[in-house]
Amino acid sequence: MPRDTAELFGKPTPRIDGVAKVTGAARYASDEPVANPAFAWLVTSAIARGRVGGLRLDSAKAVPGVIDILTHDNVGALAQPPAQMDGGPTTTTLETDQIWHDGQIIAIVVAESFEAAREAANRVEVDYVAEPPSATFDSPGVQVEPHKTTEDSKDPAKGDAAAALAAAEVKIDARYSTPTQHHNPIELFTTTCVWDGPHLTIYEGSQAMWGLKANVAKQLGMDPAMVRTISRFVGGAFGSRGGTTSRTAWIAIAAKRLGRPVKLVATRDQGFTIATYRAETRQHLALGASRDGKLTAFVHEGWEVTSRPSGYNVAGVDTTARMYACPNIATAVHVVHADRNTPGFMRAPPETPYMFALESGMDELAHALNMDPIELRRVNDTKIDPVSGKPFSSRSLMACFDQAAAKFGWSGRNPKPGSMRDGDWLIGWGCATATYPTNIGPAAARLAVTPEGKVTVQLAAHEIGTGAYTVVAITAARSLGLKVDDTTVMLGDSSLPPVTVAGGSNNAATTANVVYKACEEVRRRLAEAATADPASPLHGADAASLQLKGGTLMGPTGASEPFKAALSRVTGGVLEVHAENAPQGSKPGAVAGLYEGKSAMVRGTGRENVTTFAFGAHFVEVRVHERTREIRTPRVVSAFSAGTIVNPMTAHSQFMGGALWGLSAALFEATEIDRKTARYVNHNLADYLIPVNADVPDIQVLVVPEEDDQVNPLGIKGIGEIGIVGMNAAVANAVFHATGTRIRDLPIRAESLL
Amino acid sequence: MRPFTYERAGDLSEASRLGANTGQGQTDAPVQFLAGGTTLVDLMKLDVLRPTRVVDISPLGADLAGVALTSRGLHLGALATMSKVAEHPDVRRAYPAIAESLSLAASDQLRNMASLGGNVLQRTRCPYYRDPSWEACNKRRPGSGCTAIQGYNHNHAVLGVDENCIAQYPGDLGVVLAAFDAEVELSGPSGARLLAFTSLHRPADGEPHLETNLRPGEVITGFNVPAGAWTRRSLYLKVRDRSSYEFALASAAVGLDMDGETVRQARIGLGGVAYRPWRSPEAEAVLVGKPLDEATAKAATDAAFAGAVTHGGNDFKPELGRRTLVRALLQAQSLPVSEAS
Ligand SMILES: Cc1cc2nc3c(=O)[nH]c(=O)nc-3n(C[C@H](O)[C@H](O)[C@H](O)COP(=O)(O)OP(=O)(O)OC[C@H]3O[C@@H](n4cnc5c(N)ncnc54)[C@H](O)[C@@H]3O)c2cc1C
Repeated sequence: MPRDTAELFGKPTPRIDGVAKVTGAARYASDEPVANPAFAWLVTSAIARGRVGGLRLDSAKAVPGVIDILTHDNVGALAQPPAQMDGGPTTTTLETDQIWHDGQIIAIVVAESFEAAREAANRVEVDYVAEPPSATFDSPGVQVEPHKTTEDSKDPAKGDAAAALAAAEVKIDARYSTPTQHHNPIELFTTTCVWDGPHLTIYEGSQAMWGLKANVAKQLGMDPAMVRTISRFVGGAFGSRGGTTSRTAWIAIAAKRLGRPVKLVATRDQGFTIATYRAETRQHLALGASRDGKLTAFVHEGWEVTSRPSGYNVAGVDTTARMYACPNIATAVHVVHADRNTPGFMRAPPETPYMFALESGMDELAHALNMDPIELRRVNDTKIDPVSGKPFSSRSLMACFDQAAAKFGWSGRNPKPGSMRDGDWLIGWGCATATYPTNIGPAAARLAVTPEGKVTVQLAAHEIGTGAYTVVAITAARSLGLKVDDTTVMLGDSSLPPVTVAGGSNNAATTANVVYKACEEVRRRLAEAATADPASPLHGADAASLQLKGGTLMGPTGASEPFKAALSRVTGGVLEVHAENAPQGSKPGAVAGLYEGKSAMVRGTGRENVTTFAFGAHFVEVRVHERTREIRTPRVVSAFSAGTIVNPMTAHSQFMGGALWGLSAALFEATEIDRKTARYVNHNLADYLIPVNADVPDIQVLVVPEEDDQVNPLGIKGIGEIGIVGMNAAVANAVFHATGTRIRDLPIRAESLL
Repeated sequence: MRPFTYERAGDLSEASRLGANTGQGQTDAPVQFLAGGTTLVDLMKLDVLRPTRVVDISPLGADLAGVALTSRGLHLGALATMSKVAEHPDVRRAYPAIAESLSLAASDQLRNMASLGGNVLQRTRCPYYRDPSWEACNKRRPGSGCTAIQGYNHNHAVLGVDENCIAQYPGDLGVVLAAFDAEVELSGPSGARLLAFTSLHRPADGEPHLETNLRPGEVITGFNVPAGAWTRRSLYLKVRDRSSYEFALASAAVGLDMDGETVRQARIGLGGVAYRPWRSPEAEAVLVGKPLDEATAKAATDAAFAGAVTHGGNDFKPELGRRTLVRALLQAQSLPVSEAS
């Protein structure tokens, strides 16, 4: 049984890799030194649908320093398209001459220098055989179909929602939309490939070390044992580096053709089309309630854009239908195939768009009921998952609302829209629910400890900026009763024990639980040896009752011996253990699958006896200029309750960053598409707006304590994604309160309010 | 980026000699002057501008970076940085609109690099211009057509456009210079000359690739902004979705000379909405001799936007532009300025 988690966790701890990061010593993938690299530059398509009729390369080849140009003609047969996380098909690149979307890779120039490669790429002339493309919703030629469901992922349904809606005393029925968004992690998409005989090493920022390794091996028809992936630090991922994308295998092929390392650093604008994105959605939401606010009907439908071949979708109704108690539920999700690249995970993939509709709708319903929006949530709060009927393992939603409301000063709100102002600025206060399922995955870890108390922990987990190294160090050091400063953590290398994909906010729970298990193995071996040794002060004690604490092995009565003595008894040198953890509820073979690059996860809605989610509440103040309608957000208070908080310092950053991204999603971000050509037009950070420092408000984050030993032995819920969820609705609700205008299409900008 | 030769001009005559081939077109201009490089280098990396020779004129900054306030007006050296002029106490006091147009532009880093001469010559942000993978752009490839007219034109111009180009002039400073009767000082192979600032940029005339009336080899050496009763009661209002570091959705430069409640003279420039730095004599005329209140302000803005042409994505601009100007006028009226100069 685990120790009291409060003893292990909850102490604010600076990142152990912080100094390395701010001094530039931390190596991101393209920083890894390789000998004599050649440089690659991608040539991407300027049409969204058709074929590459021909490539005229003479002028490009004439650029001094150009070594090789990869095209469909010379390398197309050498790789298969990468497997997708959803198991389905995706668009191709050099495998065929087909063009599926704007900005698709159609050739790769390799040169002695970055500059020569760029110049030559600019000189490649492409003869296109173009066909009229379909850009997005309402474009001629899109194909709409219901998304595919499985036994495990049926659309939530219960009772008779249509009849209940028709009979409801109060109802709202509205349509919402969310725009295309791109992750734009500050670290660009890069790949460096190095061959050493038959061995391939890939340096590439990744959220799935073993997944990337297995996938690329399969694409190239290689034994995965011959492929190593390295990604010690990742400059932001947010889902964009979860799946394998096409560029990697081609860079490996380029390096092989040259017998020399090849390095690719794709440009910011190429990042919009060679990786994934959050697809635009349209949603229909209808809520019925009785006069006292109790929900009687819940109808939520979504439409999501995807590429021609892929059925990728996020189907956030699976979360929204579980949010509030309601006896009658109907949901549906459709995919809309257009000539676009395949979308993919982006921070809280289902919840960010779908909770916008639900939490806006709840605010509309509260207004229709003349009820405080917090009270509406209270009336419909539930301890039981309304879809499955299983209990929530814990749910502190209303505690979050109440604490955040108190801090925010919500009681001072005049509910009448347009009633609060400060000079020329209209003031609006809005709130919304945040939620995210609690997931955990299988993992393996290797832990070595010396008699001096120096610990080394190795696992192929992922530091995507969240503080993953520090989570592992804290867990190992505190569980062994040793010092964080004496702990060395190695992550981001597929030659280390495998860990599931860093997605679904599972990383802290996954890595802490497996590392704890390794520590527990150390404790058990030391305890069993000590209790059996007549020379030990712990001789004869119950081995299970001994703990590693404060540099000692300690018994329940206070008798103890130094760690060094306890360890020296079992080994003359270093004690090393290899631990594997298949979380409760894992499918058979989950751990074995890790070694084949398969990323399993026990999901919040896929457990046998409980449903597991984390909850939170956002409060935001907006100010809208009465004439020119700019929207500013001076302050935010957000409260979250998410089980054991391993490191409050980095947790604060995750919550705050999430809330800020939520503001950004509400007010700024949208990838714009030219409807006639299905091409992106604002694919750079000057035109794709994200908040600048001057837009960042005073964000106060409250953590509501919560214990939940059902989610996993250490009680850790994921916190990486919940912060963004619902903030877009909180802002829209505040804008309504400020102006009386309900905006249901994101982003909300000055022009929306003229 | 394509290979080019880099040269430094030590003085004006060298600049004119080395720059003798500065063309006026966009992609085809074989020689470009380089000041701060924040426009030029970006566009070279994007393969939009492809000069074969780049003439660095930053050495001229030794003589051409001054700021001088005299009874005749304000003189600004073309190589003064945006940040220097934005922070200059004389400019802030006597020409607040100029200081504000600069401090609200770009970012600290850019303002520290960028020169005033380069600033007024910055290129449009039209995405179809800035990305050569688009076939049709009359500004980049003369005669190829305009993709923006039927494409994504959210931040495109509504004033001064024609059927060949609806690109918006994105700069802020130019809006104030246009409103305030500024002159541009030029030095070229055939000597020095002065040009009204409003004549620096050409109107839409079917040749959008030709943006200015600069002659080959001509260097902007400075700007004269005449003295006027309106310069102190002046401001630059910039409306945008972000609080900072964004081009204007709509902006207004306003200078007022007030006789009590009544407008004696007005200077009005509009940004974020026009094809080139835009002055609105129509709006100024509406105000002269009238008390400045909500109704006259609205009448002036209606006059300013009477000729607006929209293309779908920018349908909101005339309304936002009108509101911006009303707000700017009323805000300028209530500035705490003593009329005595
Ligand atoms: C991300 C970003 C955001 C920005 N935001 C804003 C904004 O909000 N508002 C705003 O107003 N501007 C903005 N800018 C534009 C910026 O102000 C200009 O790039 C800058 O002022 C140009 O000055 P420079 O000295 O760097 O010019 P350069 O890039 O050196 O030159 C620009 C052009 O002018 C020519 N040139 C330069 N000096 C002379 C001269 N003395 N005589 C003749 N020709 C000359 C060059 O040949 C070149 O064609 C932004 C720019 C960026 C990159």
